[in-house]
Amino acid sequence: MTAALSIRNLRKTYDNGFEALKGISLEVQQGDFFALLGPNGAGKSTTLGIVSSLVNKSAGEVEVFGHSLDSDKAKAKTCLGVVPQEFNFNQFEKVIDIVITQAGYYGIPRSLARERAEFYLKKLGLWDKRDQVSRMLSGGMKRRLMIARALVHEPQVLILDEPTAGVDIELRRSMWSFLREINAAGTTIILTTHYLEEAESLCRNIAIIDHGRIIQNTSVRELLQQLNTETFILDIDPPQGAVPSLNGYPAKLDDDHTLVVEVEKNQGLSRLFQELAEQRIEVRSMRNKANRLEELFVSLVDKNLATEATR
Amino acid sequence: MNSREIFIAFWTIVVKEVRRFTRIWPQTLLPPAITMTLYFIIFGNLIGSRIGEMGGFDYMEYIVPGLIMMSVITNSYGNVVSSFYGTKFQRHVEELLVSPIPNWVILSGYVVGGVSRGLGVGLIVTLLSLFFTDLQVHHLFVTVGTVLLTSVVFSLGGFINAVYANSFDDISIVPTFVLTPLTYLGGVFYSIQLLPEFWQGVSMLNPILYMVNTFRYGILGVSDINIVFAFGMLLVFIVALFSYSLYLLQNGKGIRA
Ligand SMILES: Nc1ncnc2c1ncn2[C@@H]1O[C@H](COP(=O)(O)OP(=O)(O)OP(=O)(O)O)[C@@H](O)[C@H]1O
Ligand SMILES: [Mg+2]
Repeated sequence: MTAALSIRNLRKTYDNGFEALKGISLEVQQGDFFALLGPNGAGKSTTLGIVSSLVNKSAGEVEVFGHSLDSDKAKAKTCLGVVPQEFNFNQFEKVIDIVITQAGYYGIPRSLARERAEFYLKKLGLWDKRDQVSRMLSGGMKRRLMIARALVHEPQVLILDEPTAGVDIELRRSMWSFLREINAAGTTIILTTHYLEEAESLCRNIAIIDHGRIIQNTSVRELLQQLNTETFILDIDPPQGAVPSLNGYPAKLDDDHTLVVEVEKNQGLSRLFQELAEQRIEVRSMRNKANRLEELFVSLVDKNLATEATR
Repeated sequence: MNSREIFIAFWTIVVKEVRRFTRIWPQTLLPPAITMTLYFIIFGNLIGSRIGEMGGFDYMEYIVPGLIMMSVITNSYGNVVSSFYGTKFQRHVEELLVSPIPNWVILSGYVVGGVSRGLGVGLIVTLLSLFFTDLQVHHLFVTVGTVLLTSVVFSLGGFINAVYANSFDDISIVPTFVLTPLTYLGGVFYSIQLLPEFWQGVSMLNPILYMVNTFRYGILGVSDINIVFAFGMLLVFIVALFSYSLYLLQNGKGIRA
């Protein structure tokens, strides 16, 4: 089966001489839900910008559903829907006109464009706002407007650059279920996000990019399996002056009643509680430190930072 | 894209462009109507009656074709330069870049938008001029042909200016420092026969002189220059500017990183 997106040795040097991509290769299969992760400035938007024809590449090849961006540009573009990181619609245009005009750019007749605009604006909860000038929308609404605009020609691949940035929790959940729904209906989805929880809950496969290189490209499940320690934060009583000695569990005190403990996957927790009970320390509550993927992400990026430094 | 889809995409741009300048009509359609009416009153009526004849015509009759052309030129150029620069500035040019529309269609769409405003304003000014003089068209084909081709030339010029512009200042430099002087010196208000020989020669280097005079020939039947040459020149300009604009679009100059 042809890949939905295939990127080979993609390089980008900006006009100011900055090398943002240093040879990236990536495949996203049809029907996948794919996340591109990486710290600020890693090159995520640059990669997606090249794929969506907003940025000129310096070298390498991109194919969308087997259509090369060089030799078969129009077909490749028709397969793609793009939701960029920054707002890029006419601030003085009405919501519905923005969506219908975009459909026109793909050669979709006006009557069909109206139908589709109505469908997607309703789906994204913007139908009430259809006659408002886009400038008057809230940040979250603007983002949803860009999603509606990207879907109006019903692309096979939807690319979203930080779709949930600045979207409140409730809306984020509803956006997630919307994305899951269109993914289940067959649309391949590629997104970037800084919320690792989002990647963990939505995506099947991920790539981590840092300093213009892919440093990890695997399934979310496998990635999580690599993770063999987890950090727990315990709220303890009575307050402790010094770190209690917990046989085999590295620990430290954040303050006199907050104990931070690292637990290896094969260690389990019962022995930890036993040790604490023996020292008459009661655990009042317990939580995970950050998101598991987040820890892994930080450790991968840190490791890469060390390699970058030696280059 | 098949030809039907291409036409839909083209028409989408044209409609968007026309909607833009009609929506902001107090900035686009009203000012030339007011300025030109003032020109008609002051130069045509008040001062013109003292001047007497120019090129064998009433001064009012003589300047009307020039003033119509002047509005067509400024408005065609102004429409495309501000619209396309705005598109770049607000980044919604990206809506076009991600879509499969061929570049020549994008360009044609913007040019037709500019021509629509140019001709629209030209028509408004023409109708206003009827309050001050009788217009009789001598050569319909020459009149319509010149105004149309001129409008295309300046729409293309506006497009190129917008591609290079990096700030709102950049879109007013050419109109202020190039177009306006060339138009005033392009025989809108006088026949170059009035000038000393040397300045006549210099004036012949001004392309706008040819456009204004060809248009005046279409209406009054008099011209300082050769009509066939003027048409040839307009066509050459169009081909050259269109190709250059396409080249800029293809390379993503000013619109793609
Ligand atoms: N137009 C440009 N000219 C020069 N350098 C640029 C340009 N655009 C981006 N860069 C640089 O390229 C690098 C990658 O930027 P990019 O926008 O792809 O990062 P990102 O991974 O999307 O980051 P973020 O998470 O902050 O959105 C950054 O160092 C950025 O400064
Ligand atoms: Mg980015």
